[in-house]
Amino acid sequence: MSRRIAIFGATSSIARAIADRLAADDPATRLALCARDVDEAERLAADLRIRHGAKAVALPFNATDFDSHGPLLDACAERLGGPLDGVILCHGIGGGGPEDQAAAERDPAFARAIIDTNYTASVCLLNLAAERLEAATNGREGGGGRGGRGGFLCAVSSVAGDRGRPSNFIYGSSKAALNAYLEGLRARLARKGIAVITIKPGFVDTAATWGLLRGGPLVADPQKVGVDVVRAIRRGSAVVYTPRFWRLIMAIIRAIPRPVFHRMKL
Amino acid sequence: MPRFRPLDLASWGNCPIHPCLAARPEKVRDLSAILADATIPSVISRGLGRSYGDAALNRDAGVVLHERLNRFLAFDPETGVLECEAGVSFADLISVFLPRGWFPPVTPGTRFVTLGGALAADVHGKNHHVDGSFSEFVEEFTLLTGSGRILRCSRTENPEAFYATIGGMGLTGMVISLRLRLRRVESAFIAADYRRARHLDEALELFTSATAGHAAFDSMRYCVAWLDCLARGGSLGRCVLMGGEHAAASVVPARFQGRPLEFPLRSTRTLPPVIPNGALNALTVRAFNAVYYRANRDGSRVIPFDSFFYPLDAFSHWNRLYGPRGFQQYQVVVPPENSRRALVRLLEELTASRRGSFLAVLKSMGRPSEGVIGFAMPGWTLAVDLPNAPGLDDFLRRLDDIVLEHGGRRYLAKDASLSREHFERMYLRHAEFKRTLAALDPEGRISSSMARRLGLDHSAASTAPPSPSSHAAGAPA
Ligand SMILES: Cc1cc2nc3c(=O)[nH]c(=O)nc-3n(C[C@H](O)[C@H](O)[C@H](O)COP(=O)(O)OP(=O)(O)OC[C@H]3O[C@@H](n4cnc5c(N)ncnc54)[C@H](O)[C@@H]3O)c2cc1C
Ligand SMILES: NC(=O)c1ccc[n+]([C@@H]2O[C@H](COP(=O)([O-])OP(=O)(O)OC[C@H]3O[C@@H](n4cnc5c(N)ncnc54)[C@H](OP(=O)(O)O)[C@@H]3O)[C@@H](O)[C@H]2O)c1
Repeated sequence: MSRRIAIFGATSSIARAIADRLAADDPATRLALCARDVDEAERLAADLRIRHGAKAVALPFNATDFDSHGPLLDACAERLGGPLDGVILCHGIGGGGPEDQAAAERDPAFARAIIDTNYTASVCLLNLAAERLEAATNGREGGGGRGGRGGFLCAVSSVAGDRGRPSNFIYGSSKAALNAYLEGLRARLARKGIAVITIKPGFVDTAATWGLLRGGPLVADPQKVGVDVVRAIRRGSAVVYTPRFWRLIMAIIRAIPRPVFHRMKL
Repeated sequence: MPRFRPLDLASWGNCPIHPCLAARPEKVRDLSAILADATIPSVISRGLGRSYGDAALNRDAGVVLHERLNRFLAFDPETGVLECEAGVSFADLISVFLPRGWFPPVTPGTRFVTLGGALAADVHGKNHHVDGSFSEFVEEFTLLTGSGRILRCSRTENPEAFYATIGGMGLTGMVISLRLRLRRVESAFIAADYRRARHLDEALELFTSATAGHAAFDSMRYCVAWLDCLARGGSLGRCVLMGGEHAAASVVPARFQGRPLEFPLRSTRTLPPVIPNGALNALTVRAFNAVYYRANRDGSRVIPFDSFFYPLDAFSHWNRLYGPRGFQQYQVVVPPENSRRALVRLLEELTASRRGSFLAVLKSMGRPSEGVIGFAMPGWTLAVDLPNAPGLDDFLRRLDDIVLEHGGRRYLAKDASLSREHFERMYLRHAEFKRTLAALDPEGRISSSMARRLGLDHSAASTAPPSPSSHAAGAPA
């Protein structure tokens, strides 16, 4: 079965790892790589075509150009030759730790850009994508059924949404809002067999974190995230921490009593 | 804006270690932004750090890691011409293209080298005597020069930049992508031939002339000798010769009949991170070499490509064997008319010094490198690993003098200690090279630790203090 999947924010190395995994698992996969820098997305598409023989195309995408979302989703479907089976959101800004937090506290425009990019744009895009998946599911014989056979919507959120911390709570709150949205959307689409997947990575070694993290066992390779995301899609999981140990770390961080939390540097 | 991260970097010899400011671009346009960052005194490209010395280091200045700029861009299955980014490694290329019947036309002795690094050093393989250096198979590449221009370079377009970049150790700018002609192969195996030679003369003889029941080793596409550097006197130059050809599909082991391009890569073992200095001494090396010499019986066998080309890749980080002080590889080439004399003198110095070498490799070279400061020239090349120890640089200088005396030169990809004077006497076109650099990079944005050591640096800013860069501890993103 060839699946048609659109990836937004395709130039992030996490998105690259996801696309690579998808195409490696099933060379019949058809991928639309959507990114601000479409030349760059085209290089990534060429790489997928050559490595895996997958069909991959590149399209221009600006998250905060809200009016463009609908036509872009339709263009993806058209370029891939049929309705989309899945959508993956990887775009995001402001995850650069204390530096970005300080900048967002100083500069309201930056704070708004973080919220608009990470949250507002995701909501608008996923609403439109959900509408299209539902339409496709209704059109399909026998409807969707369980286990995500009606397609999937997957968004890369962050562990930063689990509890607001002084080092990154503006970014974190945009991800927390996204998590709440995804939770509601999941409940709404469950009956249609459309899976809604929340991915919560911990530290990942990407362009956004280069030079901010020291490395070590807490920092994951984007490849690891790619593998976990593709597994989550296959299973139609709901909320996935990647690497898995972050579920425990965040449970502990959430459980820290407030007086202690206030004295900690997190 | 790509960020720079302070990192203490070393290459394969673990010496020297220089504090650098490393950027790791993930998009092509990041490269221009990195170059334009005025807070960074200069920049140099780095592939996988498999050069041994300071070629891919830039003390207190920028180092550009190409590892994530490794996309395949186009492939023509008719001609085997591959266009890809310079950060693609031989390992990656082989894993994608060998199953389809294609192999790198020239490969160094490890597959953890990028194509950009291979171009910048104009690397040679075991087939140099037949096929020449790596760049002979490079049709064109795109180069971001120090002045910020992106040039398409080939033998006909921007030829000065083309020939200066080949073997130019990254000093002409950043190679973004290249077009490389791959070689068609029928199998993932090599039909290899082994023959022990009791001493240097016998080895040179076996390389170049047919003997009873055996063609000259040089008549095979691949050919190299592993040499026991500790054998003295009448055994000086004792070695095992290895020849090979890509095996036909019909001769692969029974298990692979019908699927000759599948390859079982051996598992990799990792050595512990810290091994004491001196673990590799004359004694352990002598024992190893003696066993190696005995273990390689004369004869022919069909073996997987990786055990033929990349025997050392079975141990990742084998460089740690040399302990925290690290080691140097000393590789030189000497022209044929003087080579026997030069090799004897070099081997005599090496055995007498007891600076035990784990690895000594001898092979013949064919055509000269096309590069202005390319390494290869017709003759014989010898490479030995020497643990860092007091007096090593002086000892190597003595060897450099011998090499110079015989019209040879030292390989910059392995080098951490050549003097500027020796460099200029070994690489006679150095002035032409410098003129090209000045034209491509008038402000001297490109530089490296090696460039400053060899007098190839013309950046005014190379002594400026390093820029501050963020050290924030980082919160979960
Ligand atoms: C075990 C082992 C075996 C080896 N065998 C051989 C051999 O048989 N033959 C041989 O010739 N060499 C051999 N080498 C040396 C190795 O092939 C070269 O040093 C090669 O240049 C390393 O490539 P790299 O990607 O690691 O580059 P680095 O070591 O990171 O850099 C090497 C040089 O390339 C430049 N460079 C890297 N990428 C770019 C780019 N994108 N644009 C511009 N410049 C760039 C750097 O500035 C630097 O000057 C061997 C090395 C090892 C460790
Ligand atoms: N790295 C981590 O540790 C970590 C941890 C948890 C979650 N995450 C999340 O993982 C995702 C990927 O991040 P990353 O770390 O890989 O960082 P990244 O390389 O900076 O990727 C972010 C991506 O978002 C795109 N983008 C930003 N603003 C956009 C806009 N207005 N329109 C379209 N695209 C836009 C960027 O495009 P350009 O290339 O054009 O800038 C880029 O491709 C983000 O959602 C991030 O929050 C990362």
